[in-house]
Amino acid sequence: MHSLGYRVNALLAFAVTILALICGIASFSDNFNSPSPSAEVQVLNINRFRKKLTGDDEVSLTLNISANLESLFTWNTKQVFVFLAAEYETPNNALNQVSLWDSIIPSKERARFSIETTNKYRFIDQGSNLRGKDFNLTMHWHVMPKTGKMFADNLVISGFRLPEAYR
Amino acid sequence: MGWIEETTASIKSIQIRQALHQAVSLGMIVASALMIWKTLVCITGSESPVVVVLSESMEPGFSRGDILFLHMSRDPIRAGEIVVYNIDGRDIPIVHRVIQVHERQGTGEVDVLTKGDNNDGDDIPLYAPGLLVITSKD
Repeated sequence: MHSLGYRVNALLAFAVTILALICGIASFSDNFNSPSPSAEVQVLNINRFRKKLTGDDEVSLTLNISANLESLFTWNTKQVFVFLAAEYETPNNALNQVSLWDSIIPSKERARFSIETTNKYRFIDQGSNLRGKDFNLTMHWHVMPKTGKMFADNLVISGFRLPEAYR
Repeated sequence: MGWIEETTASIKSIQIRQALHQAVSLGMIVASALMIWKTLVCITGSESPVVVVLSESMEPGFSRGDILFLHMSRDPIRAGEIVVYNIDGRDIPIVHRVIQVHERQGTGEVDVLTKGDNNDGDDIPLYAPGLLVITSKD
């Protein structure tokens, strides 16, 4: 009953149980953080707006994205995945979400940023519905913790409109 | 010749009842492990509730060899969520993030385009030839 094998086994089982408990508590402590992020996006220019040979519309934009996501970070945060999606409705589809740009923020120091960029991913519609279309630019963020449950939220910035004609 | 006698002696000395008892206990352990697994499949609603990350395409969030617990929810898939999917006919589960969502009016069926965080391009090269998005049928 007191051999080395038994002792090592008991120690290991206890250690793993305590580790799981600590991970659970760490994840739970994330609930006490009440984040207050802010973001602002402007469309500086519509570079290209055309219909592809497949019949789908494609847009290329230059955006100015600035945000302050420092309040999302806790000691249990591994990284924050932030992306900007254009959201709109078409006759065929109740909801379309197209991600235009994303970034991984690994630490609190990098969480306040302001960049000017063209869209990282192609803004292509399923079909040809984008002329004169109103759309929202929603900034989504996914907080990935060191241990525990991920959570996500978003901020809707509305009031953007695509031109009526191709250019 | 001595070892044959020794072997037959040791075989004869096994008590049938004890051996059967041990075999049944082993069977019970295997069966309960299987039951727990199947219950997990039922509760989470997914065919493989525990998967292992196979590539570095989601660095630095998920590293190769990480174990993920999944569950299927009734809510429609939205952009930014991480999903695990199999291409029709292939066994390898792929863990990537959704970057485009097109949800049909009425039926609620969703077309999605995915991409690994660490990859430069989206997953169109991985889909079956010709598909630009995947739906829940694939």
